[in-house]
Amino acid sequence: MSTAAMPSELFNKSIAELAALLESKAITSVQLTQAVIARTQAVEERVKAFNSFDVADALAQAAASDARRAAGQALGPLDGIPIGIKDVIAVTGQPLTASSKMLANFVSPYDATVTQKLKKAGAVIWGRLNLDEFAMGSSTENSAFHTTRNPYNLDCVPGGSSGGSAAALAAGEAIATLGSDTGGSIRQPAALCNVVGLKPTYGLVSRFGLIAFASSLDQIGPFTRTVEDAAITLQAIAGYDENDSTSVKIEIPDYRAALKTKKGPWRIGIPKEYFGEGLDPEVAAAVEKAVSFYEKMGCEIKNVSLPHTEYGVGVYYIIATAECSSNLSRYDGIRYGHRSADAKDIVDLYYKSRAEGFGPEVKRRIILGTYVLSSGYYDAYYLRAQKVRTLIRQDFLNAYNEVDAIITPTTPTPAFKRGAKADPLAMYLCDVYTIGVNLAGLPGISVPCGFSSSGLPIGMQLIGQPFKEADLLAIANAYDSAHDWSRRTPNL
Amino acid sequence: MSVPEDLNIDRIANLARLALTPEEKTKFSAQLADVLTNIEKLKQVDVTGVEPTAHAFPIYNVWADDVAKPGLSVEDALRNAPEKRDNMIVVPKVVE
Repeated sequence: MSTAAMPSELFNKSIAELAALLESKAITSVQLTQAVIARTQAVEERVKAFNSFDVADALAQAAASDARRAAGQALGPLDGIPIGIKDVIAVTGQPLTASSKMLANFVSPYDATVTQKLKKAGAVIWGRLNLDEFAMGSSTENSAFHTTRNPYNLDCVPGGSSGGSAAALAAGEAIATLGSDTGGSIRQPAALCNVVGLKPTYGLVSRFGLIAFASSLDQIGPFTRTVEDAAITLQAIAGYDENDSTSVKIEIPDYRAALKTKKGPWRIGIPKEYFGEGLDPEVAAAVEKAVSFYEKMGCEIKNVSLPHTEYGVGVYYIIATAECSSNLSRYDGIRYGHRSADAKDIVDLYYKSRAEGFGPEVKRRIILGTYVLSSGYYDAYYLRAQKVRTLIRQDFLNAYNEVDAIITPTTPTPAFKRGAKADPLAMYLCDVYTIGVNLAGLPGISVPCGFSSSGLPIGMQLIGQPFKEADLLAIANAYDSAHDWSRRTPNL
Repeated sequence: MSVPEDLNIDRIANLARLALTPEEKTKFSAQLADVLTNIEKLKQVDVTGVEPTAHAFPIYNVWADDVAKPGLSVEDALRNAPEKRDNMIVVPKVVE
């Protein structure tokens, strides 16, 4: 195991490396942004990670960053760094489509809070990244526009729903990206594309300006090349926001400093329920090697049990679809979004605008969510799911009496071929290891930990305690900084 | 409990204000039955005395002071309206 050599191309470097180069004036943000744009123009035809990008706007932001730095007013490690944004997060004046025909022509009239925060940190907001329509899916195949490819094998999916965010970063088309995670939509594509993906504790990062899917589960988080970069990016986007009523008022620690000050050894739990049937043997072997690494550094490895794990997918598909059927009722063709051209009256306008604007997976989930909330079924499905959710959360909190973090595979298998999971239920089961974290509101991070014999990336998931991202990142960094998996790049 | 025999796709589509084609109705009914079968597992869990969780962390109502603050301009608010006239959104006639 070697420490990674610094990649030679600017577009493959980490935020930490580039921030040092920018600070020493070895490079400018305009040079860096031009390198990312040139890389995007060279590979995007094959990767298809973006829904749109605005070259002139990005270069103008980069020039403004360089001017700040020349005036001695640089804003910090993100100043001048090109960061891509999942196309469900609002950026003023830019398209915001959710990869749906419903919002194909929508232009954001305001910034999401995370966008504002990135701008205040000096980041160059770069491009709108593809996803499964309205973030519903695990492969980006549900995008109404195009399917994003996995940079490690163009016949495979990049995962989803934030597939564009993961693929763009892996392909060198951005230096970091933002995604959103409702049931694994950051961690799963991160694992499949060999990048780091962090889902923060529910309430740590504002959801204001994020297109809502399932509001009690959705959380915005970063995709980065290293765990250190995840700490840097989280620092910029975390914090209380009066515009999000579920935003939590807590003191935000210095996450990057914590990587150095928190050295372990930690107590790490292995839940047996996450290493059973359906787990690919190569994935299991890679995660077990990571466990041995922690053991060798002096961590205490303990078996823990999360007995309600098997109910996670069922609970998730009741709660997430119920919330989505409610959230997506706003798309009625009246105030914004697609409006049917041949409606005969107002009710017909609702029916047809929604039928024409939504794709099959979104319709399926609206139907399921409407059903589980409908009169006569509420107690049997929704209320019961919320009670089982309590038990799932309690499982984790019980485990945290004994351990500091939990380690699992992020996904049961490496990336699968496009078209391989045509059956919705098969696709839903891709999220079996990531869903519990959303239901319990916990922070989770996927860290690259190896490759399959066919050259596909493998990720491990570390799950932390609520609002203890500083500890989670330190534990993840101990592994990441001692291995070079996350610094490897695809042959594109 | 098996898959509900009363999975009435027309009733649900109507509640969701979603027009479905005959092909979509057939396909979605079968797929939803599959998913619901999987969900039936939840019936095995003893939830006696368990409180439901709506949010992972107890968050109570958040109150804001009732003070006017700058918001979107009319132009920005109407920027994405499918049809507009005189600073208003145009909709089909709703009363006879």
